[in-house]
Amino acid sequence: MLPDIVAVLLRAAVTTIEITLGGLAVALVLGLLIALLRRSHVRIVAVLGGIYVEVFRCVPVLVQLFIIYFGLGELGLRLAPLTAAILGFGLNGAAYLAEIYRSGIEAVHKGQFEAAAAIGMTRGQAMWWIVLPQAVRIALPPIGNYGVGLLKDSSIAVAVAAPEITFAATNLINETYLSTQIYLVMALIYISMSLPLSYAVRSLEARSSRGRAR
Amino acid sequence: MQSQQTQANETARPIVQIVKLQKDFGPVRVLDGIDLSVAKGEKVTLIGPSGSGKTTLLRCINYLEVPTSGHVYVAGQLLGEQLEGGAYRRLSDREISRMRAQIGMVFQTFNLFPHLTVQQNICIGPTKVLRQPPAEAKALALQLLEKVGLADKLLAYPDQLSGGQRQRVAIARALAMRPQLMLFDEATSSLDPELVGEVLAVMRQLAREGMTMIIVTHEMGFAEEVSDRVIFMDKGAIVETGPPHELFQHPRHPRTRDFLSAVLQKKPYR
Repeated sequence: MLPDIVAVLLRAAVTTIEITLGGLAVALVLGLLIALLRRSHVRIVAVLGGIYVEVFRCVPVLVQLFIIYFGLGELGLRLAPLTAAILGFGLNGAAYLAEIYRSGIEAVHKGQFEAAAAIGMTRGQAMWWIVLPQAVRIALPPIGNYGVGLLKDSSIAVAVAAPEITFAATNLINETYLSTQIYLVMALIYISMSLPLSYAVRSLEARSSRGRAR
Repeated sequence: MQSQQTQANETARPIVQIVKLQKDFGPVRVLDGIDLSVAKGEKVTLIGPSGSGKTTLLRCINYLEVPTSGHVYVAGQLLGEQLEGGAYRRLSDREISRMRAQIGMVFQTFNLFPHLTVQQNICIGPTKVLRQPPAEAKALALQLLEKVGLADKLLAYPDQLSGGQRQRVAIARALAMRPQLMLFDEATSSLDPELVGEVLAVMRQLAREGMTMIIVTHEMGFAEEVSDRVIFMDKGAIVETGPPHELFQHPRHPRTRDFLSAVLQKKPYR
């Protein structure tokens, strides 16, 4: 019995990882875009970016998943649960990462912008070649921590029937009534995925302290 | 106050011309109507108490500060704005950047790019802004590093260098853009005293080679040695100006005298 339980949950763990990595990838790219839009000198662009961040941070991610999966479904756009989960976590994560990127950019010493300007770089060149490389290094630990948190938050996707661990475990419990064992195995699997990731983030933190302006 | 110089023919055209420059930071007037002209090859030093506006004036010359009113001309070109049909239009970031590429600046806090090696720090301007081929930029970088005495630090990172070494790299980085003039904003003020000399030596060498230099400094000995003209500023205005020997030995204005006696008491001749 137990080996079968573990096998089912391990297969579901793959989906958990897919949701985490997929959501993180979308959030990383979209979050950076939004962080840069918020710094635009075109007022309307900056305001729209700000609205995005506020809206997606104020609505619980569970509700966002419902809107994407059920809400869009009613309007005719039926997404697979996995797709909806990745999209939902991606859009939500982008709002949080935009704030993390913003802190990173603001943590870069103002003299760096000025030195880049002094050698004739445009604002865009200064951002791309000088500021962002430094900002991302600063932002890596909080981004990494966000990723570790996302791994566990992926369990929320059970609400849209994405075949990740929590969903698989819930179904197994309904079939076998072996709730204690199943919850334990589930927790162990989450721990075994989270721990290496946590460790990786910590070593990233240590390595990324090179390249800080003084 | 310095009287406004009229622009003569092309060859005598000043490399920097500042006309009625005013700069406010909110309610505070930091520059109160500055007129200044700097000729090609001239070394001008700005001295004065903190808050006198000398750093702000320097930063207006490469448009790091935007004047509240008045105009700055570099090599005959109006900086940061364009006269169109009787009104002044603010230039785009790209246009301003193009003009900034001709002006070199050295900062008090060096501002080297910490994620790049010394070589990359020097090459990034020529390659990304001037679009020079990397090989050419690298050759220039090595040449400039030899000039400032740091050829062996080509692949070092800024955090591996001393303050004096970082500032010398910063000077090389500015020179890599082949600027028409160099601005020095208290280039030695952040350095430990024993490291100041090596940076002043580089600046002295640059001066000898004919570079136009506008220097904000507290190093009075250096100012006297290198400058063609010293300008004393206080409360946002030019109080007195003249050749260094004259200004330092025989200051005319009481405020100049007060400032010099306070400063020269503490600082030994270097």
